[in-house]
Amino acid sequence: MAKYKTEPLKCWAKAKELRDKYYQDYATAHERGGIRWTGGAWSFDAIPYGLGDDVYPITGEPYAASIAFNKEFSLKCMEATEAKGWARDLCSYMRNYWGSMYLNKYNFGGPYPKPTFAFQDHICCSHAKWYQVVAEHEDIPYFNIDVSVGPYHLIKDNPQKIKYIVDQMHESIEFLEKVTGREYNDDKLIEAVKTDMRSTSTWAKICELNKNVPAPLEEKSMYSFYVFGTLSKAKKEFADFYDELYDEVKDRVDRGIAAVANERCRLMSDTQPPWGFLKVFRYLEKYGAISVGSLYTFGLVGNWEVKKDGTWGARETYMEKGIEINTRDEALTALADWTLSRPEWQHFYDPGLKTEMMLRIAKEWKLTGVMLHLNRGCEGLSTGIMENRLGLVESGIPVMTFEGNMGDEREFDLGRTMTRIDSFMETLDLEPISAD
Amino acid sequence: MAKEFWRWKEYNWHDENRDWREGKIVTSGVDVGSVSSQAVIMVDGELYAFSNMRTGSNSPDSAHNAMNWALEDTGMTLDDFNFVVGTGYGRVNVPFADKAITEIACHARGGNYMYGPTVRTILDMGGQDCKAILCDERGKVTNFLMNDKCAAGTGRGMEVFADLLGVSIEDVGDLSFDVEEEPPPVSSTCVVFAKSEAASLLREGWSQSKVLAAYCSAMAHRVFTLLERVGVQKDFAITGGIGKNSGVVKRLEQELGLTALTAKHDTQIAGALGAALFGKALVEKGKGRKK
Ligand code: SF4
Repeated sequence: MAKYKTEPLKCWAKAKELRDKYYQDYATAHERGGIRWTGGAWSFDAIPYGLGDDVYPITGEPYAASIAFNKEFSLKCMEATEAKGWARDLCSYMRNYWGSMYLNKYNFGGPYPKPTFAFQDHICCSHAKWYQVVAEHEDIPYFNIDVSVGPYHLIKDNPQKIKYIVDQMHESIEFLEKVTGREYNDDKLIEAVKTDMRSTSTWAKICELNKNVPAPLEEKSMYSFYVFGTLSKAKKEFADFYDELYDEVKDRVDRGIAAVANERCRLMSDTQPPWGFLKVFRYLEKYGAISVGSLYTFGLVGNWEVKKDGTWGARETYMEKGIEINTRDEALTALADWTLSRPEWQHFYDPGLKTEMMLRIAKEWKLTGVMLHLNRGCEGLSTGIMENRLGLVESGIPVMTFEGNMGDEREFDLGRTMTRIDSFMETLDLEPISAD
Repeated sequence: MAKEFWRWKEYNWHDENRDWREGKIVTSGVDVGSVSSQAVIMVDGELYAFSNMRTGSNSPDSAHNAMNWALEDTGMTLDDFNFVVGTGYGRVNVPFADKAITEIACHARGGNYMYGPTVRTILDMGGQDCKAILCDERGKVTNFLMNDKCAAGTGRGMEVFADLLGVSIEDVGDLSFDVEEEPPPVSSTCVVFAKSEAASLLREGWSQSKVLAAYCSAMAHRVFTLLERVGVQKDFAITGGIGKNSGVVKRLEQELGLTALTAKHDTQIAGALGAALFGKALVEKGKGRKK
């Protein structure tokens, strides 16, 4: 008999509808006189919202992940990119995205919708180049903000570092006005910054609920929800959706509803999963194992802070703290400070910070072990994975590594990954549940 | 037909001095790997028979062939087994197996049997992947790392190289020491790049032995780094086909500053042996076939 009660999430349909609408709204924005822009999941997406309510972004990483999920189209995209002479070891999100652009095909039907401008910031070595190529190919203007000021613990009390970014943000607003011919609205910017804070803090609260045993969410579902924070953190509908989701997940916790009925082994993963093969997460269930999150889902979207009792919890928003945001400069300063504190941003600077974070999650989320993806598709976040492994092993945490690629299925071997999971489970003394 | 230099010895063996009918528990392990397949038969936990052959294009056929060959001249049939465990890349395609267990667990268990309870690190250099396994005194895996995305440091890589140089694979090890001084390793262990590098070294006038030495030492270094990552603990042993290649083994020992334990059995049967031992343990737990 199952150990815990489980039931499907009610928010599913809404999540699907919102995601589909996002991609359709982007594609049809021009028909309504709106603006389309492209950039990354790391872009300061609150800033373009100051141009009006009819501004629609498409962010490269989740768009490319959706292509990766569509294996046939992804292969065509990869080949189109390679045919242009790009190397196969570049970021596989970027290659999927470029392929869609080169083929002039949108993953959701019709031609690739040409953006009005590209708006990005640069923390990974691929970020700036990605949209430089897009801008050149599509002949559109491009603005990039350099954010290379170091990890948050070195900048939070250093106003000069924040100012370096804020100055560029001010400049970016001039750029936006110039390339769109629209007047910029600071009230809309302030609203968008607050929405960004609300959505990222709420997402962290949702992830925090997974500290409970049994966990109310498993990672495969989390991917379907965290995505909104990568599509647009400053979009009101998404922040509202996270509020709803929080209520539903909290209710599951209160009623003891589990994501995996026989949960007995709790794991986490690190960075991007192999998007075309999310079934590996379901495969874990055969052993009563569940991945309760990852650095990627927790830290790319969620914003966290260390609480008084020393544990990790959602970072309090400026609104919760009663800090007012009244001017453009205050809004941009708040946005820079808020964004740069998100955990995933720290990982580009020092693998040690990543290890520390995993050790914290292992302890507070009561993990049995960790799965690390030796991801050949990402040059940024895969930095230092073997160092992370060592750090975890030295702290007595069982670790499994598997090789693959988040966006290029040619570099993923499902059978061998399952074998590794089987072996890992054997080392944890876990037999498939049915054989018990 | 052109000579196939990569061909290693395929053979079977059984203990002619023993009557398996006197035993209580008869188990088998079948390891269907990507390059080679082995079937091992154990009687009361002692090695009784085995076969070692190349894997064909179809896993169930390979399993049947290996098993039939191990059974040859023993008077035993599939019905005489109390338990059969499938392992290796094709483990779920062993039609007559009662259970599938991963090759990592089986190599650790088999290594424990072959080398004794002091072995703590097992390097399995298989046909198409390479695994560094840490285990305890019972042969239970405590940690492992694998390289599975490339043929460097694997049996298949060595086969390709033997063919390229026209040297029988079984002579590669000895020949690689037939050099006046150790050459620098080839810069890449990637089979494709190493092949073209070897071709240019031969053109430059390097002897076959010198090129082999350079390749063996590159391969040894490659697996050394894998071992370093998992953290080698004494005692150390090598399983898999490359375990029989002294050119790689000795150079690896030198880098590690450790001597690998030697086994009286063929290093290629470790996985199947471990599988058969798991079978015996399961029979003892009452999970054997009803006869
Ligand atoms: S962090 Fe990874 S996925 Fe993101 S742009 Fe850089 S290489 Fe690509």
